Amino acid sequence: MSPSATRRKASELGSSKVTAEQRIEVRKTYKLYIGGAFPRSESGRTYEVSDSSGRFLANAAMGSRKDAREAVGAARSAFEKWATTTAYNRGQVLYRVAELMEGRCDQFAVDVAAAEGLTRAQADKVVSAAIDRWVWYAGWSDKIAQVLGGVNPVAGPYFNISSPEPTGVVAALAPQRSSLLGLICVLAPIVVSGNTAVVLTSEHRPLPAVTLAEVLATSDVPAGVINLITGRTAEVAPWLASHQDVNAIDLTGATDADSLAWADLERAAAENVKRVLRPAGSGRHASDAVEPDWSPTPDLTRIKAYLEIKTVWHPRGV
Amino acid sequence: MGKFEYAPAPESRSIVNIRPSYGLFIGGEFVETTDGSMFKTISPSSEEVLAEVTEAGEADVSNAVLAARKAFDGPWGRLPGAERGKYLFRIARLLQERAREFAVLESLDNGKPIRESRDVDIPLAAAHFFYHAGWADKLDHAGLSGGPGQPPRPLGVVGQVIPWNFPLLMLSWKIAPALAAGNTVVLKPAETTPLTALLFAEVCQQADLPAGVVNIITGAGQSGRHLVEHPGVDKIAFTGSTEVGKAVARSIAGTRRRATLELGGKAANIVFDDAAIDQAVEGIVNGIFFNQGHVCCAGSRLLVQENVADDVITRLKRRLQTLRVGDPLDKNTDVGAINSAAQLARIRELTQIGESEGATRWSAPCVLPERGFWFAPTVFTGVSQAHRIAREEVFGPVLSVLTFRTPAEAVAKANNTPYGLSAGIWTEKGSRILWMADKLRAGVVWANTFNRFDPTSPFGGFKESGYGREGGLHGLEAYLTTGANQ
Repeated sequence: MSPSATRRKASELGSSKVTAEQRIEVRKTYKLYIGGAFPRSESGRTYEVSDSSGRFLANAAMGSRKDAREAVGAARSAFEKWATTTAYNRGQVLYRVAELMEGRCDQFAVDVAAAEGLTRAQADKVVSAAIDRWVWYAGWSDKIAQVLGGVNPVAGPYFNISSPEPTGVVAALAPQRSSLLGLICVLAPIVVSGNTAVVLTSEHRPLPAVTLAEVLATSDVPAGVINLITGRTAEVAPWLASHQDVNAIDLTGATDADSLAWADLERAAAENVKRVLRPAGSGRHASDAVEPDWSPTPDLTRIKAYLEIKTVWHPRGV
Repeated sequence: MGKFEYAPAPESRSIVNIRPSYGLFIGGEFVETTDGSMFKTISPSSEEVLAEVTEAGEADVSNAVLAARKAFDGPWGRLPGAERGKYLFRIARLLQERAREFAVLESLDNGKPIRESRDVDIPLAAAHFFYHAGWADKLDHAGLSGGPGQPPRPLGVVGQVIPWNFPLLMLSWKIAPALAAGNTVVLKPAETTPLTALLFAEVCQQADLPAGVVNIITGAGQSGRHLVEHPGVDKIAFTGSTEVGKAVARSIAGTRRRATLELGGKAANIVFDDAAIDQAVEGIVNGIFFNQGHVCCAGSRLLVQENVADDVITRLKRRLQTLRVGDPLDKNTDVGAINSAAQLARIRELTQIGESEGATRWSAPCVLPERGFWFAPTVFTGVSQAHRIAREEVFGPVLSVLTFRTPAEAVAKANNTPYGLSAGIWTEKGSRILWMADKLRAGVVWANTFNRFDPTSPFGGFKESGYGREGGLHGLEAYLTTGANQ
């Protein structure tokens, strides 16, 4: 018996007959995703999220400084285990996320269409591209060391090998416009090499990210590896940029963010020598930043941004 | 065991012809300053004035950047990679030909033993040029293109600021990859060690390197700041303290200018009970007393397994009594002069703090020369992780000894620092080496060796030891850009 048939039968038994038009939809409470759990913001705040035409969609959690710090703590706790998970296993865990996304593609399409003002057909294409991009990145997990590392022919009786390692906890400002494809293009290259992530979602288009959190929660990605915070970018980003236990920061979402200058974030990031991925843009000035077109297949720039090259020497001899 | 008696065996300094006064090397020739001043560079082993050099002003720096831009937009930018490479080969050969001259000058100006400048600094500097020369026409094969039709390109004008601990070697780490990738450079050597960089300018002239491809401006922190903040500089390559490195990162914030930073370190040198103890002791000595401990990757924290600590420390102290401290130009000298009065004051301050915080100090008994800046090889035992000598970079011949019981404890203590430049492991057990090497958060890990360097081997740190690599393919990448798809 199909689920809908089951429901119909139950309602007949209950003698109150409700037509489809009469049924009141059960709406979702949108929350943060920190350490594998779905807390509300500790601040108790929410903010209204509307679709592209201004129609109310939901009250999203308005993340705070403390939420960001909780998320960094969760990401730090998860780092060592995720970083030392075998590349093969990490690849499978991430591929599994794509499998689950595929099963939720309808929900993603509804979210993306509302957030970005797309037709359903356009949204379907974006969702497919996002899932395919996730698969593309997942496949890199056990290729990175071979492509970016290697043996160095030093002039002496030594074995010398360089290999890439994850840099640690990476904070990312997700793109403001591309609410799912852009989010995935920012997130996947962080975690594929073993980093853990704290992502500040698109401020005005956060709902696809929350749906992604629900996918992640039911996937095999360990709690704390990916943390998603909804809220005001300009409010939370400075705390991530200045956080002493964050190793790298992606400033992509500073482009088009309300009242936020990425120069200030980069300056704050210098305090603990964070690796900074600047917003895209070809001009010489901060104001030239533009959100990139996420549709072309990427190169390795984003994966490399969160890697450290470690070189190990050992004498050769008998 | 007493020290062997050695007759002095001084290297002749007559091979070097130091001019009384040096201008700035801009646009292929030595020019007088427009808005700077003059200062003296001294020999730290005798406090003798060696020469008068120029403190570059803001206008001088601008002139140098303009000369570099002109060369980049002009002859150098149009030169095919194969021809560019031949200039680098020429420079490598000239450095080899004039190696003894450079070695003597380096020891005079820096205070390091001639044995090290002759056998390490200068040969490695030449090797860096030789290695990178071959890259100049092979960049398309380096795996760095952004995709079909997007070959890697040079960044433009590179501003480079280097420290005083390995003056010519750091120059070569900076200039060789920059030129191989097709950039032009403005380099500022440290104020206490400008002379080999100025001699290198003569090498550029002998090589007929096109004017403006390499510009050398001397001066102190303010000259460096003018260079770092100059809007005409596309990329900064900085080696120096973490504090100044952070300032460099702040000064390029919000621009499209790039930086690579090689900053400080507080490396753990970890000795397990199954290590070949005599070899480990040699490695400890090489790790912290090489170059008077003026090494960012120095093994300044000895972590020794508790059950062999007494044995290791006894043998270490015995070995340190055989080190000869003194005249850098004496071929028998193991430990030379501290580079400057300021650095000596810093070492004295931190070692006094080490004593007052409760660590036990032991210094090798040796007679230090009366003139110049000297510090006897020193070991602190009973050091805790909270002591400043265990946390801060002393940048001198001072070793802090801590103990551990398990490999996990060794890793935790080694990683308990904001730095992450290097680490050492001494054990005969292969699987333990690999386990440790995986866990240590450091850019260079030396197992059963220490302080090895090679042009093909990437060097650089994790965390607050900086970002970017120098040397090898990874170092080359820092001087190239691609049309990236993100």
